[in-house]
Amino acid sequence: MNKNVERLYNGIIKENPTFVLMLGMCPTLAVTSSAINGLGMGLSTTVVLVLSNLLISAFRKVIPNGVRMPAYIVIVASLVTVVQFMMQAYTPSLSDSLGVYIPLIVVNCIILGRAESYASKNPVVPSIFDGLGMGLGFTLGLTLIGLFRELLGAGQIFGAQVLSLSWFTPITIFVMAPGAFLVLACLVAVMNIVRAKMEAKGKPLAKPSGCITGDCAGCGMSATCTGKNRNQQQLKKQSRRIDTDERINFNCSRICDCK
Amino acid sequence: MKELILIAVGSAIVNNVVLSQFLGICPFLGVSKKTETAAGMGGAVVFVITISSFVTGLIYKYILANEYLLSKGIDLTYLQTIVFILVIAALVQFVEMFLKKSMPALYKSLGVYLPLITTNCAVLGVALTNVTKEYNILQGVVNGFATAFGFLIAIVIMAGLREKIEYNDIPKPFQGTAIVLITACLMSIAFMGFSGMI
Repeated sequence: MNKNVERLYNGIIKENPTFVLMLGMCPTLAVTSSAINGLGMGLSTTVVLVLSNLLISAFRKVIPNGVRMPAYIVIVASLVTVVQFMMQAYTPSLSDSLGVYIPLIVVNCIILGRAESYASKNPVVPSIFDGLGMGLGFTLGLTLIGLFRELLGAGQIFGAQVLSLSWFTPITIFVMAPGAFLVLACLVAVMNIVRAKMEAKGKPLAKPSGCITGDCAGCGMSATCTGKNRNQQQLKKQSRRIDTDERINFNCSRICDCK
Repeated sequence: MKELILIAVGSAIVNNVVLSQFLGICPFLGVSKKTETAAGMGGAVVFVITISSFVTGLIYKYILANEYLLSKGIDLTYLQTIVFILVIAALVQFVEMFLKKSMPALYKSLGVYLPLITTNCAVLGVALTNVTKEYNILQGVVNGFATAFGFLIAIVIMAGLREKIEYNDIPKPFQGTAIVLITACLMSIAFMGFSGMI
């Protein structure tokens, strides 16, 4: 039981996907123009993440190693389709405002990242809690960013006017596309300060693992990357099988920043 | 014709895929350190998205939304997300093998970038947008090419700016990704200026 609580804590605070790991930046930028959109996106990702972790962990001994990525993608894509139709049926307005970003949950780095780094190696119950923790952490991140942007950009919180327009002029740029980049830039800067402080205290935070700051683990690109993030044993097995194929020795650090 | 030009300008500049739709942020931030690699990545994305929007368009029209099947009451369109992502992944591998065998020169310049594109969300995003906007196959291909061209423009400009930023004196917390995001913000503001065009 303690292990499950630890997974929840790990996902929500210690390795929060938005603030600490900096994963899933496409939806983070795209849907946080209001808090309710962020919350909706976060919760739908949570549902997909919990179910995909459950299924992948349950089938982890059946899925052959060589085709695990396509297998994970099929599982995730099926779940996303189910969630998409549920949302169209029960929350049509949210589904309209999130639009194409709902089916794009399939390529969200967090989901394939957790499948690859946790669910494929651990039993079902901890995997479920891992998915739940990560999902709630992502929801928290998106909702907070959404709250901030909505408050500055429209003076509203969850659609209710809190800053009276009689004295407050909304800084509209915050709910538009450039505002997303600006808020994320400030967030990254603040996290850099926090990171440096924690390191000085001797309690370093987990390293960000999306393409945003360095290493590609968990990012969609890592599916084909054979950088040091992949399990060494797997790497050996693969290169023995097809050692003539350059692609197997392909390392994305040649192009992006991962080391 | 006029309609195609409108689609092209709209998706390449006005609704730029990176700067206003936030698709493909990962390669945009990760591969924009040097103009040369950025142009290579952009070229590979143009190549893959154009082909994939053609192929997914064909598959949608003749298999998933097949008139004969629809008239029999079989509607396969709900499979679009699953089918598209698998088709794109297979297509990228196939294109890579084909290029390696028959166009070694092109493979040399684009080859390393191809495996990175499989799960680039812009590719799936374009395929899905083509379906939602009910484009026919030609319109879909034009939309795909233009969207990818918009990505190429954005990533090359960003790489050019980053090469200059390299030598600037930036406050410590903003070094690295943060300043790149601020640059993206300014570029996004500049691209908003096009929104009156259509």
